[in-house]
Amino acid sequence: MRRSLTIKICLVIWFTAGTVVSVAVGASDDKTDGSSVSKLPVETHGFYEIRGGYRLQNDKYEKDMSIMENRLQLDLASYLNWADLKFKGDFIGDLVEEQGDFDLREANIFTRPTDYMDVKVGRQILTWGTGDLVFINDLFPKDWESFFIGRDTEYLKAPSDAAKVSLFGDWANLDVAFTPQFDPDRFIDGQRISYWSSNLSRTAGQDAIVHTDKPNDWFGDSEIAVRLYRNISNYELALYGYRGYWKSPGGQNTAMNQAIFPDLNVYGASARGTIAKGIGNMEVGYYESADDQSGKDPLINNSEMRYLAGYTQEIARDFTMGVQYYIEYMLDYGPYKRNLPAGPARDRDRHLTTLRLTRLLMNQNLQCSLFTYYSPSDKDVYMRPNVNYKVSDNLAMEIGGNIFFGDYPNTFFGQFHDNTNVYLAMRYSF
Amino acid sequence: MKQIWKIASIVCFSLPVFAADKPDAAPQIPDVQTIVSKANIVAYYQGDDGKAKVKMVITDKQGQKRERQFNILRKDVSDGGDQKYFVYFELPADVRKMAYMVHKYTDPQKDDDRWLYLPALSLVKRIAAGDKRTSFVGSDFLYEDVSGRSLEEDMHELIQTTDQFFVVKNVPKRPDTVEFSYFNVSIDRKTYVPMKMEFFDKENKLYRAIESTKVEKIQDFYTVVKSVVTNLKTGGKTEMEFSNVQYNMNLGDIFTERYLQRPPKEAMR
Repeated sequence: MRRSLTIKICLVIWFTAGTVVSVAVGASDDKTDGSSVSKLPVETHGFYEIRGGYRLQNDKYEKDMSIMENRLQLDLASYLNWADLKFKGDFIGDLVEEQGDFDLREANIFTRPTDYMDVKVGRQILTWGTGDLVFINDLFPKDWESFFIGRDTEYLKAPSDAAKVSLFGDWANLDVAFTPQFDPDRFIDGQRISYWSSNLSRTAGQDAIVHTDKPNDWFGDSEIAVRLYRNISNYELALYGYRGYWKSPGGQNTAMNQAIFPDLNVYGASARGTIAKGIGNMEVGYYESADDQSGKDPLINNSEMRYLAGYTQEIARDFTMGVQYYIEYMLDYGPYKRNLPAGPARDRDRHLTTLRLTRLLMNQNLQCSLFTYYSPSDKDVYMRPNVNYKVSDNLAMEIGGNIFFGDYPNTFFGQFHDNTNVYLAMRYSF
Repeated sequence: MKQIWKIASIVCFSLPVFAADKPDAAPQIPDVQTIVSKANIVAYYQGDDGKAKVKMVITDKQGQKRERQFNILRKDVSDGGDQKYFVYFELPADVRKMAYMVHKYTDPQKDDDRWLYLPALSLVKRIAAGDKRTSFVGSDFLYEDVSGRSLEEDMHELIQTTDQFFVVKNVPKRPDTVEFSYFNVSIDRKTYVPMKMEFFDKENKLYRAIESTKVEKIQDFYTVVKSVVTNLKTGGKTEMEFSNVQYNMNLGDIFTERYLQRPPKEAMR
């Protein structure tokens, strides 16, 4: 319900702006060459896509069909003297959830009021940080469900309803993204992906949909994310700050019947630049779980340090390899263990490695890629093979998979073992 | 979508592809170093900066056509030296709004810095340096064809002087790094525009040619507005057409992440 309200607000903003703009454009007609600007120029693009996939094994709690949908994305843009308007939305016919849906991806106004300022207001996709499909200081909403069922990678980023102000200076640049009402991840809630339920001590899915109590007040439950960055000889250095909430449920209420999003503050830094023949990156973040400073509350996530180092290089012509090492380190492990009610304790740290291999063939019209997460501490693996062939400039065919396995039923990727799936897709872009 | 970024990491587009200065009326024949340096300058460093809309039509052996369209912005850090570029894609539809930024260095020890902006993810990615003999955006042009091959890489010899052309033979100093054994360039004697490049394989057989098919004088700079590359080995060809060319726009320090994500209005429209 809240989503549809936000969509309505965005639509209203967009169309109001559109009207204002039409008037503004009309007014400036005679100053510019009159013929082309007399009507509001709207660029229309997008794609139509069919995508279907199945689980490779039976999942007691979910349908065999992992994805079955057709999708029409409309991408409308209008460029005016004082602002750019953008509207991008997906109409979806979803056979897994047996419903039609509309996902408003973007509806915003961008303007460059001065030489040193950019402003973007409305629904938008926000991204920063240096990781490749691993995020520390990017606390903008993610859509893990889309990621795991085999939608295009662009859907991993869920939209934010936010205002972003960017200031550009000689010494450094500053981005401030303010989200007046908390935008959580589209997290795994059991609807389409089965998961490990610690309350039930077993795998669960549609029989145990995660219910949440979400911070929901406009302006009262807001998020703010800042980035201060500069380049020194093309080494990109950045400092980050975030004040908001755990983006996916980070705890439970005391009755243990609702997942909650406890307060979270994050402070971090990153660096990225050329090392030898490739690109190296490092990122670090301190996750301060503000509702459980001492780490004693077993129902709320512990504070953490998170570290990431990565390196990407072209290892042969049209063949790129990227590796990353990532660590999550619990800061109050002692109090956590002492207060754990029952069941096995998790490890103090979680180690994760990633490997990306991307190969282009057939005049670069065929792309074969494999992205693999492997955790030596959790002993689990998530592989994302993908082959994409561009039949023509407009038509692309795709086949891929999401493969999960692990030694334990409750680890980060291991819990999804029954969700292993393959998918096929065809997309016509215009 | 993802292919183009990799592909296009190749870019280091030289805006005034083959533009030339004032015609040289000197009757005597200059030495080969002078000829190649002058041709290099007029081909890749005309004006202090510039822009163009580029359209490519790639035709494969079967006759299937693919199109690429993008806007490029270029600024020279120094004449004959480092350069900075933007490439803003318009076509095909799946790469629309994707953009590239290149900081190109002429120092052979230093790899170019490259960034890619992916609009759907709102992501600015850093791209690892790539093989310069890789196809540019899936076309028959190579990265080096459009960014310029460093003069230091080859030994140059003037093998023929006709009424119209200086013909220079270029033999690579490190033959193992390239797929050709040598290439010949026919340089217009008046304008110093390279009109034809012919590449010979390890068996000394012609297998690849780039021709300038239309040259126009734009703001006093001779500019190749149409060129075509044919690959005799693969049977493919790519035609490239420049329009909306403009030089000396007095571009400021815009080659940053800010303008990678959204082009400067005055420069692109």
